[in-house]
Amino acid sequence: MRDIVGQRAGTSALLLGNEAIARGALEAGVDFCAAYPGTPSSEIIGTLATVAKNIGIHVEWSVNEKVAVEVAASAAFSGLRGLVAMKNAGASVAMDFLTHLNLTGIGDEGGALLVVVCDDPQAHSSDDEADTRWITKIASAPLLEPTDAQEAKDLTRWAFDLSEKLKCWCFLRSYTRLSHAHGDVKLGKILRPEKKAVFNTSKHYIPFPTTSKHAILHEKMLKVQEVFESSPFNSYTGPEQPEVLIICSGSGWTCSLEAVETLDLSESVGVLRLVTLWPFPSKFVAKYLKLTTRVLVAEEVDPFIEAHVRETATSYSNTVLPLEIYGKDSGHMNPVGEITPDRIIYALAEILKLQYQSRETSYEQAVQDTAKPLVINRGMLWCPGCPHRASFLSLKKAIKRDGRKVVVIGDIGCYTLDVFPYGPHQSNIVHCMGSGAGSACGFGQLAPLGSGQPPIGICGDSTFFHASIPALINAVYNKSSMTLLVLDNGATGMTGFQPHPGTGRTATQDPAPVVSIENLCRAIGCRVEVGDPFDIKGTTATLCKLLKDENGPKVLILRRKCELVRMKEERTRPYRVWVDPEKCVGEKCGFCYREFQCPALFHDKETDKVQILEEVCPGCGVCVDICPYKAIVKEDIK
Amino acid sequence: MAISCDPLNVVICGVGGQGNILISGLIGNALMKTGYHVTIGETFGASQRGGAVFSTLRISTKRRYGPLIPQGKAHLILGLEPLETLRMLQQYGNPGVVCVANTHPILTIGALSEKEEYPDSSELKKAIVKLSRLAWFVDATGIASKLGATIVVNIIMVGALIGSDQIALKKEDVENEMWNTFPHGKMKLNLRALEMGINNIKL
Repeated sequence: MRDIVGQRAGTSALLLGNEAIARGALEAGVDFCAAYPGTPSSEIIGTLATVAKNIGIHVEWSVNEKVAVEVAASAAFSGLRGLVAMKNAGASVAMDFLTHLNLTGIGDEGGALLVVVCDDPQAHSSDDEADTRWITKIASAPLLEPTDAQEAKDLTRWAFDLSEKLKCWCFLRSYTRLSHAHGDVKLGKILRPEKKAVFNTSKHYIPFPTTSKHAILHEKMLKVQEVFESSPFNSYTGPEQPEVLIICSGSGWTCSLEAVETLDLSESVGVLRLVTLWPFPSKFVAKYLKLTTRVLVAEEVDPFIEAHVRETATSYSNTVLPLEIYGKDSGHMNPVGEITPDRIIYALAEILKLQYQSRETSYEQAVQDTAKPLVINRGMLWCPGCPHRASFLSLKKAIKRDGRKVVVIGDIGCYTLDVFPYGPHQSNIVHCMGSGAGSACGFGQLAPLGSGQPPIGICGDSTFFHASIPALINAVYNKSSMTLLVLDNGATGMTGFQPHPGTGRTATQDPAPVVSIENLCRAIGCRVEVGDPFDIKGTTATLCKLLKDENGPKVLILRRKCELVRMKEERTRPYRVWVDPEKCVGEKCGFCYREFQCPALFHDKETDKVQILEEVCPGCGVCVDICPYKAIVKEDIK
Repeated sequence: MAISCDPLNVVICGVGGQGNILISGLIGNALMKTGYHVTIGETFGASQRGGAVFSTLRISTKRRYGPLIPQGKAHLILGLEPLETLRMLQQYGNPGVVCVANTHPILTIGALSEKEEYPDSSELKKAIVKLSRLAWFVDATGIASKLGATIVVNIIMVGALIGSDQIALKKEDVENEMWNTFPHGKMKLNLRALEMGINNIKL
């Protein structure tokens, strides 16, 4: 992580959007930060954790997003400034608490609470592209959406003031192309926290009577709307009477400017940038709707702004001319995937009946003829030395040996690579954090209804703590005959190796008590086995045994450190591994490179022998046990 | 040196684990400190697992551009791996584009498991030449092996980029950024790698 506090105020730094948000929080004097990691949000709290001790603030990885908002809200109730960050999927986990929170407000002690949600249009690292802007309406929270790293920092700082003034949590929505883009940012001054946490016990923050609290909240949102109507964050660039008015937010802003520039339309097309999205600044927008008859709404995923623009046009129909509104409904903008300059260029070209071609036909033809036949996809699979590769081999073997049609329910983590194009494809169902356990619990209760298919749920160590425990308790209570495979690699691997309650250290690298997965499972009444994923024979046998046990839930913990973490800590390879060419039968077998697919195993077609790629091999030695011809050899590196 | 186009669009591509994001940062920081607005787009998260990775740099004196380069609008492609270089030409290439590419292939998982063929090296090179105005090649992986550290392929490629003289990027500025980024014990190796990149680039 970059040092985001070392540089002086007034200078510029090239910051990741997430680092800019972290810096904005420090400039706002944040006291308490919490999150559960999730791409593309993880670097916000990850960055703050590295400076927490220096600045004197609390930063934690919480067990899940709901707990993260609850703990940060306690800081706000005690008069401090709290920050929470999560990815889009995490917002759903936090929603129960967030829906209530503004009914009571965050207290009268001068605290503030900013919730940052990073959406992932195009689902670069997610299994949905949910547009979380809608939760702002369910929970009545002001919604802000920055357009670049500079604005992300400035808006974050301002949002804390807004939250304090309104006594309600505010919602800063980011997205992959902001969170994971670097931009030059002019830095402001960092405020070190000075306030003491004090909760006034004569106060009661309870959402009852709900309907009257709800009515008060609606009035509060009207006040927010007033603030938003004149916010300097919203702006217009373009001619006085644009032939087409683009209304945009987020990355739609830079994409729109680029589209106008590319088509040379700055004399005829204007761009209205909205940053304060909800409560929707209708009066402000109506002012610009009056200037034109054609509007293109450029936003990502759902028609959130588009719906409000239509509403605004109707409400102000006495002053606004009848409008052609182009966007998702008209088919000019794609309602799925991320926004790009090209999408807006083509939409504008279609509306204005212009010809646009991104490159010459002859070049396009050359690409088709020369590049297309050669370019193959680069599939992703587990790293060399990854324990999951071995775990899935044992799983496959055990299912085959069991003979029944075992249902496998995967989960979210590096083990999800199982279902990627080159993966072993053992998981039948994959949904969200913790649903490996939850779904397996359900399948494990279907025997009385005719099912003869035992279920195996999968989760990781961090996923176990995040959302698997209630499902496992449910399995004990309701006597589900399920097996939970906990692939414990000692880190939140997929998001960047963040610590969790099982790792013995905190976000700020302090020692912490280790919550034992096996003790917890035994305490709630599960049968528990612990194994090493590299012991393929033993793991397969244990799994077969557990599948036959139909007496309630069973847990098999397969424990071995993530290879990337191990290599970082130990900086050495445990074994030197090579192939004995006398024993290797090459393509006649091919099990290691075709089935096991460790990227360090290379079949040399000329010699028809397998080789170990030295620069790729981490020396884990697991391939020694998978070779049917015992042709792979390992030797201790002393 | 002024930039030849504004915004100048640079693509840096390779395979997860090659240190593509690190060098985007070195180049981006060096250029920002010379006074340009710099935006770098990248996707990561699952990227260290051997997948195709690329960063986009937008360099401008006018304003902060968005991270995404429109289709067919790259000016310069720095390729840490030849197949990835061609993949980027397919998406961002145009008759004016310049490529600086490592010649050493990294096989895909599909090729390693013999489910498909990795393209022939000379065919790849020919295609890159055909789709570029200028294409420089350097065996960065070979040089890195001679230096005893394949990890410096990315730094050799930054050197190659400087050596190509296609971008307003000064060696001293990059070296300064390297001092800010690497543990000082690693600097001798990395400075040597940068030098080797500058000196070994061929059209």
